Amino acid sequence: MALSNWAVYSATLKRDLKLALRQKVDVVNPLFFYVLVIILFPIGIGPEPDLLQRVAPGVIWIAALLSTLLGVEKLFKEDYDDGVLEQLILSPVPLPVVVMAKITAHWCTSGLPIILISPLLAAFLNVNASGLLAVVLTLLVATPLLSIIAAIGAALTVGLQKGGVLISLLVLPLNIPILIFATSAVDNAMSGSPYNGQLAILAAFLILAMMLGPFAVSSSLKVSVS
Amino acid sequence: MSVAFSAKNLCCIRQDRCLFEGLGFELSSGEIVQVEGPNGAGKSSLLRILAGFLTPESGELYWEKEGQQQALGRDRSEFNEDLLFIGHKAAINPHMSAIENVQFWMQLHHSQEHSSQVHDSHKSLPTTDEVFDLLGRLGLVGLEDVPTSQLSAGQQRKVALARLWLSKAKFWILDEPFTAIDKKGVSGLQVKFQQHLDSGGMIVLTTHQDLTASFDRLKTVRLEYQF
Repeated sequence: MALSNWAVYSATLKRDLKLALRQKVDVVNPLFFYVLVIILFPIGIGPEPDLLQRVAPGVIWIAALLSTLLGVEKLFKEDYDDGVLEQLILSPVPLPVVVMAKITAHWCTSGLPIILISPLLAAFLNVNASGLLAVVLTLLVATPLLSIIAAIGAALTVGLQKGGVLISLLVLPLNIPILIFATSAVDNAMSGSPYNGQLAILAAFLILAMMLGPFAVSSSLKVSVS
Repeated sequence: MSVAFSAKNLCCIRQDRCLFEGLGFELSSGEIVQVEGPNGAGKSSLLRILAGFLTPESGELYWEKEGQQQALGRDRSEFNEDLLFIGHKAAINPHMSAIENVQFWMQLHHSQEHSSQVHDSHKSLPTTDEVFDLLGRLGLVGLEDVPTSQLSAGQQRKVALARLWLSKAKFWILDEPFTAIDKKGVSGLQVKFQQHLDSGGMIVLTTHQDLTASFDRLKTVRLEYQF
């Protein structure tokens, strides 16, 4: 049983990654958005190093948050339109397993590139070395969380024609605690204070979301196909 | 191994309109049910209720396997192992080739056997060559690794219907399987249906074609358009 769940998980993950590679725009778009926002910010508010350092955590995190939302509408949409979603639901394997695979694929194409490029972008905003580490760590813990929460919104709105705006409305309030703790962690790190408390809270959120999120998504998907 | 399925007293309401009520039928090994009725009478809704996507307003579904009867409630994972549903939407991703679509579907639906019969796993999951062979027999020679968005409607439908040859499910629910399929394809499908029935399977399908000449053990469920 465990083996077969794993087989379906990896098959779904591979399929979604393959599809993402074939439609590169979907991968490049959120990353491009993220990079553009952070590059444009210093041009907009002026290049004073102290000012940039003060706004850096907020800018990086808001950009990350919005760029995760950018591609999430398509997470289940295509499968819903094709009817693949029906076949996923009918699989003898529990639906949360498949859902977790799709969320992982979404994170690999949205969260992971952001994490990889963020040290460079944070350096643009005059974040010091300990701040850079905090940026990467908070993103590493919290981008999967963003993907899971966004997936719940996507699953609830998959049956609607234009669900994009609704997803943002549903999901953004849930993201606000993440934003608060993540930016405060980076702030603390830049001033040399400990920030493991904030990281621990984010990790706790992540564990909670990993446990409950796939079930919430599965139920929403089942409602959406009926 | 004999199986049986029965529906009792089903009622379905969509958009404040009662599609049918008090609907029931029984189905046992080797039987085929054709659901007939005008457009909008609720044929697809009935099939979606049977497959578990829709919850009926009232009524029960029962599934019997090896003498054990069970009511189908919320947990259908066991029943789903014996169910093959091909709906209105073909469940084919346009960016993937026919072979990738078919193989992904097999991985979703055959994985259970992997764990229960570890030694037979290689036998139970058809190889890529076998799938190529099957798609070739269905008339898709040379199109197996082209993105399915480039195939015609009938060819896409055939990719979806390839599941009939690969599935081990006893109970098939098919929504308009003959749509867009050519004459030769239709007769091939009917032969396949007969083989499935002979081996103890059951089929519920909707179609506007006349099947009375093709199958001996044909039952019909007639739905009327209700206002």
